[in-house]
Amino acid sequence: MAAITTQALVKEYPGGVRGVDGVDITIADGEFFALLGPSGCGKTTLLRSIAGLEAITEGQLHIGDRDVTRLEPGQRNVAMVFQDYALFPHMDVADNIAYPLKIRRQGRSARRGVAAEVGDGLSLTGLMERRPGQLSGGQQQRVALARAVATRPDVLLLDEPLSNLDARLRLEARTFLKELQRDLAITTVFVTHDQAEALALADRIAVMSAGKLLQVGTPREVFAKPATTFVAGFIGSTPMNLLPGRVEGSRVRFGSADVPVPPDAVGMVDDGAEVVWGARPEYLGWSTTAVEDGVEAEVTVVENLGASVLVTAAVGTDRLQLVLDEDHEPEPGARGWVTARAHRTLLFDAESGQRLDAGAGVPAVAP
Amino acid sequence: MAPALALIGLFLVFPALWTIYLGMTDYRLTGLQAVDPSFVGLDNYGRILGDPAFWRSLRLTLVFVLVSGIIGQSLLGFAIAWALRRLTGWLKSLIETLVLAAWVIPASVSSFLWIALLDRRGGTLNEILGTEGTAWLIEHPMAAIIIFNVWVGTAFSMLLFSSALAAVPPSQLESARMAGAGGWQQLRDVVIPNIRGHILTNTLLITLWTFNTFTPYLVTAGGPNGASEILAVYIYNTAIPGGQLGVGAAISLIMLLINLVIALGYLRVGRARQAKPADATAAETAGGVVKPS
Repeated sequence: MAAITTQALVKEYPGGVRGVDGVDITIADGEFFALLGPSGCGKTTLLRSIAGLEAITEGQLHIGDRDVTRLEPGQRNVAMVFQDYALFPHMDVADNIAYPLKIRRQGRSARRGVAAEVGDGLSLTGLMERRPGQLSGGQQQRVALARAVATRPDVLLLDEPLSNLDARLRLEARTFLKELQRDLAITTVFVTHDQAEALALADRIAVMSAGKLLQVGTPREVFAKPATTFVAGFIGSTPMNLLPGRVEGSRVRFGSADVPVPPDAVGMVDDGAEVVWGARPEYLGWSTTAVEDGVEAEVTVVENLGASVLVTAAVGTDRLQLVLDEDHEPEPGARGWVTARAHRTLLFDAESGQRLDAGAGVPAVAP
Repeated sequence: MAPALALIGLFLVFPALWTIYLGMTDYRLTGLQAVDPSFVGLDNYGRILGDPAFWRSLRLTLVFVLVSGIIGQSLLGFAIAWALRRLTGWLKSLIETLVLAAWVIPASVSSFLWIALLDRRGGTLNEILGTEGTAWLIEHPMAAIIIFNVWVGTAFSMLLFSSALAAVPPSQLESARMAGAGGWQQLRDVVIPNIRGHILTNTLLITLWTFNTFTPYLVTAGGPNGASEILAVYIYNTAIPGGQLGVGAAISLIMLLINLVIALGYLRVGRARQAKPADATAAETAGGVVKPS
């Protein structure tokens, strides 16, 4: 059990490309931490740098109170579960789980004992004699997890832990993973490109792009108060509405419509400033009668999401998307008013993309 | 079908049968028996098996196969492939080209190169070592043809193992590294189990090729005094310069049988190896459809 601290961590590839570009991050002891970002953003490189599989070019990495920056992977007391699980096909389940113990020269009976015990905890009882090729995807994943935790590592690293499972199994495995992490209370870092996975599993999320951290926060923070327009667009199963506009007094005008300046940004913007107004589709409502601060719009498309509908409405030349309850589903072509809860709306600087927030001061990356 | 069978019959079956027939005659290259060979039954085989020269040749062949083929070419080929696996760029290309060059150069040329290297008078090796007058080919004929054969044939093993190593999943190697496995442990626990099939194929091919190779004749001609007379060379020396075509044919048949035994032996090992995955598939269809709990 240990915290992970990186200081100005840089991983530079030959040719000058920086996979990780100056990352400062502190992951608390026992935390379930997600590295989230689109492919190529450096999240896997950061994970592999923590593992020791990538040599760190600059900066420092501490696990607990040890400086492990230059240590071999095997000396860091870190375990990793690979995306393809990387089970040894020629060993049975028990030998796979106990492999790290074999490297530590423990006797065969001790190894079988540990394998059985860890395997039981991961519902692998009765599968100990099988080869990986004879297991389902979910079972293979649990074997890989068992192998990782068999030696009680300080840190558990998971590379895209759910991506190799089919959709139905993924939800089940997600809950299982969260339970396991809580029971073992191992500091766990996982990499994912799926924002829903990160929101569901993690205690905190780091959103990355181009090797840098854009925002570190709890799922709720990252979802409700994204630090930049990039994070706002990346998080959420339906992307946030981001409308470019201009500040006019205490209102933001885009096209023919205008809305009040979000409470967070009051006092942060000058008259005439170019901004981006943001609101999540889930936080928008629909009214068939005129309401104060409502934006008049015409429904163009209605998409069924099961218990709710995704409505696209035209406001002049702009488009707004709303997630509405199935009982309040408007017809395409209907006219009405889009309503927004003011404290759920956000304002971003048009040029830098940073969120304007009077309460948080400079809306920078968390320390 | 029929024309193909006729061709196979003409070029494969007939010569084989003809060899068996010749092996039971006293057919010679010159003289009376060249015109009118007579049937001598198994006399040739009796003579061969009683001839110390045959047994010496067989023993030399075994040493030759073991040291130059199985140990030399396979291990060196694997070692080069292993060393080159992380290397990229011009150095890798250079080494690969050099190793491959030894393989693609015609045997007559490469054997001449080796004679020039090892020659007693003016040989390159003597120049380098300052050992003027040392007759390497006469003093160490077996070592010479063994090193020669390793040099010629390593490229094949290197290429085969290179592609085999490329197919080892990197995540398995990294998993072993995460567990703290060093180089040897990674080799033992991940690499070799993953390429076992390639090792078997390579060893089979190398064994048969080395067993049958005639090229060392171009370097030492089996000499001095039969000290490097491996089986293929022994057959040639018996049949052509020795003129005893019948005896040569009989030894050829013995050699063919040994080849057959080697190939069958490897196939057996291969089948035993394949039996395990087959078990696995059976178990999978029987009880493998376990719903993840």
